[in-house]
Amino acid sequence: MARQASRLIQSLSSRISPHKPQISPLTPSSSSSQLLTQSRSFSAAPAPQPAVFVDKNTRVICQGITGKNGTFHTEQAIEYGTKMVGGVTPKKGGTEHLGLPVFNSVAEAKAETKANASVIYVPPPFAAAAIMEAMEAELDLVVCITEGIPQHDMVRVKAALNQQSKTRLIGPNCPGIIKPGECKIGIMPGYIHKPGCVGIVSRSGTLTYEAVFQTTAVGLGQSTCVGIGGDPFNGTNFVDCVTKFLADPQTEGIILIGEIGGTAEEDAAALIKESGTEKPIVAFIAGLTAPPGRRMGHAGAIVSGGKGTAQDKIKTLREAGVTVVESPAKIGVAMHEVFKQRGLLN
Amino acid sequence: MRGLMNKLVSRSLSVAGKWQQQQLRRLNIHEYQGADLMNKYGINVPKGVAVSTIDEVKEAVKSAFPNENELVVKSQILAGGRGLGTFQNGFKGGVHIVKADQVEDIAGKMLGQILVTKQTGPQGKVVGKVYLCEKLSLVNEMYFAITLDRKAAGPLIIACSKGGTSIEDLAEKYPDMIIKVPVDVFKGITDEDAARVVDGLAPKVADRNDSIEQVKKLYKLFCERDCTLLEINPLAETSSNQLVAADAKLNFDDNAAFRQKEIFALRDPSQEDPREVAAAKADLNYIGLDGEIGCMVNGAGLAMATMDIIKFHGGTPANFLDVGGNASEGQVVEAFKILTSDDKVKAILVNIFGGIMKCDVIASGIVNAAKQVALKVPVVVRLEGTNVDQGKRILKESGMTLITAEDLDDAAEKAVKAASK
Repeated sequence: MARQASRLIQSLSSRISPHKPQISPLTPSSSSSQLLTQSRSFSAAPAPQPAVFVDKNTRVICQGITGKNGTFHTEQAIEYGTKMVGGVTPKKGGTEHLGLPVFNSVAEAKAETKANASVIYVPPPFAAAAIMEAMEAELDLVVCITEGIPQHDMVRVKAALNQQSKTRLIGPNCPGIIKPGECKIGIMPGYIHKPGCVGIVSRSGTLTYEAVFQTTAVGLGQSTCVGIGGDPFNGTNFVDCVTKFLADPQTEGIILIGEIGGTAEEDAAALIKESGTEKPIVAFIAGLTAPPGRRMGHAGAIVSGGKGTAQDKIKTLREAGVTVVESPAKIGVAMHEVFKQRGLLN
Repeated sequence: MRGLMNKLVSRSLSVAGKWQQQQLRRLNIHEYQGADLMNKYGINVPKGVAVSTIDEVKEAVKSAFPNENELVVKSQILAGGRGLGTFQNGFKGGVHIVKADQVEDIAGKMLGQILVTKQTGPQGKVVGKVYLCEKLSLVNEMYFAITLDRKAAGPLIIACSKGGTSIEDLAEKYPDMIIKVPVDVFKGITDEDAARVVDGLAPKVADRNDSIEQVKKLYKLFCERDCTLLEINPLAETSSNQLVAADAKLNFDDNAAFRQKEIFALRDPSQEDPREVAAAKADLNYIGLDGEIGCMVNGAGLAMATMDIIKFHGGTPANFLDVGGNASEGQVVEAFKILTSDDKVKAILVNIFGGIMKCDVIASGIVNAAKQVALKVPVVVRLEGTNVDQGKRILKESGMTLITAEDLDDAAEKAVKAASK
């Protein structure tokens, strides 16, 4: 209710003064206090690192902002309260779009807006280059939504990523990342989320929304939700997210949503086992009924030569102490149950 | 340590191995097309001519193979197990080694006929072309593959001095015989890399420098044509001291179709499930299965989960179908048409969690589809997400007989129940 009210106020205020920089209802500031904060930030200590890649301080630019998807999702992000600070469309630098400055390059955008993150809505033939550009500009985080980037391109991006440590890539072919109430980078419907204590990491988009919907329904809410995407070559994997979740005090339980293909889930199981964590972990693995040898939508979702099956992943996760549900409708309920069993419900 | 090596090796082989058993990918090309492509890159392949009619057979034997006593006659279908298959006309075996004067007769028994193998399913596949190849006397058979490996996060060359069939058995028994050479994508394949591969192959008679060049050419093809897998089994040596790719499987990255128009033009729709051909035309992500509950879902993960939950409740999914986030009303209509044209389908389950996909767009699509197509089976609809209220209202006001469901469990239960009536 409060969220709907604050969204209404925000959309009203934007209608009153359409060119005013969008103000997040969650970090109250006016133009003058923004200046104050900026000048203060030159001498003050930098904001603490986000627990799981993003938080209310993350400043985001959009690569591909003037395209159809870029426009729609930047509007949505602004409405949600994400700190969108600019966009990049080559040859449109110097113009304004949705009340935000547009730049010709990521480097220019970063210099002018002090952005530390980027979201990419660029078509497949150019997306890999967009990721590389963001990496070269040394942004902290790049989230690539694009589906359909050729694997040979992504393999080069991955090789480049592995040679540096400044920039993290999430995706490609992913719905993005959201810290409910603070920062939404991607295409997920904001309204189904609720700030809370369950960390969710998933290879899927819409299947994640099911898990979010269910955890909201049982009252647990989400700390951060990371969509790592469905491609075989991606920037961030289960292991990276689970590591953060384990260390994040706000994250009291973790949900893993996996699918056939590759060994990311098995790697996560190994990490979980070794960590000895007591945080409840629930998983669902899609594709138990998928026929072998067929690519099930996602480029990475394929069982080849008997490897990468859902059965293997389920078994390995269970051996690591993870509660694996066989029905995707039972994810939220299962987490609630484990919380209850461990006396974590207040 | 050995156990770990085994695991690593068998994981790399997991992509490359057992390929003869499963060739059902979106883009698969015929043996003769693969050979032609490799030939263009200067890779040694057995001499071969693809023919579609008896006249072409006669011509080929006369002009391309005037001095051969024997030829190999190979049915061209996009499935494995050809050698042990049977034609619907009773003729046994899709691959034969025959005397030159029998080629016409044997090819005649294959051309235009339907070949049924372990991998085609009982309906078989039509043999549009036959590949006439020189019969090589092979000295030695090795294994070679290039793949994009997730663990290595890049191209990986796999070589084994023993090839032929059962490469995975070999991986179990003699893992040390399998050599893996990762290639640096920025440097490309170096002479050292290629030499290591050749050492791994350990050819007995083939010239070492020639072999190194062949490996480099294979890598070039792999990269330039956006292959996800290039497997040569067997990579053989001929008595004339050459390496030759006696049989090859090539897989291409669907995501690269926009820049590989020539390759993707090689697609043979006669070898594909007609439902999938229709879906591809409408730009829908569809895989035909053989169950009774047709599915329409947005998102690949959710689509797989929908198939899973149908099975969980005792039903059988008829297909995988991801309408994606940007599907238009027209695509929804096409999707519905494909689902309803499947005779096996006894109920349809529409499961939409709208993020970018809007529930009202899906709802309008369903209503329009119902107007254009006679709906003979019950339809269960579960909508959630963006514009869900508008979507539900559109369905209600349409007056269509639909079964609505609240969540995934409810939807699957209702669909299974509806299909069993």
